[in-house]
Amino acid sequence: MAKVSFTEALKQFFPGLATIDSKAGTIWELLGELELTHPGIKGYLVDERGAMRKHVNIYIGDELIKDRVRLSDTISVHDQVLIFQALSGG
Amino acid sequence: MERYSTFLIGTSKGLVEVNCLGGKWQITTCHFVGFPVSYVFVDERSGTWWAALAHRHWGQKLHRSNDRGASWEAVSVPTYPQHARLKSGRPATLRKIWSMAHGGVDRPKVLYVGTEPGGLFVSEDGGDSFQLLESLWNHPSREHQWFGAGRDHPFIHSIVVDPRDSAHFYIAISCAGVFETWDGGKTWAPKNKGLIAAYLPNPHVEIGHDPHLLLACRAQPEVLWQQNHCGIFRSTNGGAYWENISGENDFPDYGFALAIEPNDPNIAWVIPVTDDTKRVAPNLALSVCQTTDGGKSWQRFSSGLPQEFCFDIVFRHSLVKRGKVLLFGTTTGNLYLSENGGEHWQTLSNHLARVEVVAATEPSY
Repeated sequence: MAKVSFTEALKQFFPGLATIDSKAGTIWELLGELELTHPGIKGYLVDERGAMRKHVNIYIGDELIKDRVRLSDTISVHDQVLIFQALSGG
Repeated sequence: MERYSTFLIGTSKGLVEVNCLGGKWQITTCHFVGFPVSYVFVDERSGTWWAALAHRHWGQKLHRSNDRGASWEAVSVPTYPQHARLKSGRPATLRKIWSMAHGGVDRPKVLYVGTEPGGLFVSEDGGDSFQLLESLWNHPSREHQWFGAGRDHPFIHSIVVDPRDSAHFYIAISCAGVFETWDGGKTWAPKNKGLIAAYLPNPHVEIGHDPHLLLACRAQPEVLWQQNHCGIFRSTNGGAYWENISGENDFPDYGFALAIEPNDPNIAWVIPVTDDTKRVAPNLALSVCQTTDGGKSWQRFSSGLPQEFCFDIVFRHSLVKRGKVLLFGTTTGNLYLSENGGEHWQTLSNHLARVEVVAATEPSY
């Protein structure tokens, strides 16, 4: 199963958030899984149209996902997924 | 004995509480430390506190507290429906919560939320869910006569519900102007006669004005006030006509903040800003101007306020009057309070973050 880890910044809103194993086939499916275990988290990562928020990034392995609108990038069982945000500003 | 309100100060780095303890005003606690609090609303019917957070990375969030801040609950933000489109044809998404108001004492579960990019939302379940008021979103003027002012899109920053008739209310949009409904939001009419839009080819357009804040006198709701981009205006006939009451020469004209006396339709306060090109305190000196005659004349107060090298301005929601207390917070994190109508100000803090909004927790009394 893919291993999914998260930025520390998200843990202030979802204190129980920890690295998980996932069978999701795409990033969109992964966010659906996360919403079930951590209600509300999806709204932090994507807007109401389902597109990735501007300063949120997701890596699969060493590559940033390419489809920020439909989140169709695929995940395979050996992938490591990292969800983080580009911290910026004062 | 004076009954003091608690004041809530929404800043770019948290929500600060100000209380009067043992006769001394002081900051007593802070909620949401480190997070940008863009709007605060206290529902005077239930006492519920609402805080909108404008996270830089995570989007707009909305929280409420039913126990005066002891605990907060995250609630769903207003969501634009799939078919809602911007002028550009792109899907509309929530950019910012700019205003909230309750729907009247006869409709205890009704709440309104004004947003950018120009949607007014209504909740009929006490804020558990919100729906876009399509009648306003589909107003024929929106596509070609509304536009953003210092922001990418138009935004609804003022919602004024008539305490005598909850189906009658006003909203103010930057930029579009004031709109009125008499049927609970089913139909809307612009109320901008007498206003000036000096930045447009035709300054007297029906729609295209930039009210910075709209307020109505609680005792005489037909008396409306607005601090506008192009001056200060007052209407004594429910917005049918606006009279320019800006001061002349060195007296107030441009600015954002406005407070009015709930029991006297002739008394108001504004905090002048030099002009729309520089946006600093006039002459780098902070002052508050008061009228007690409906804007015929203005008096400037500066006692207790910085009078040199002062760059502070005060945003539209950052001045409030409650009981005998006037309170305002500035863009450079200063917080001031007056207990004598603005004649003298005491400093509560010089080191807050940028103040976005202030609110009193007790109803007008």
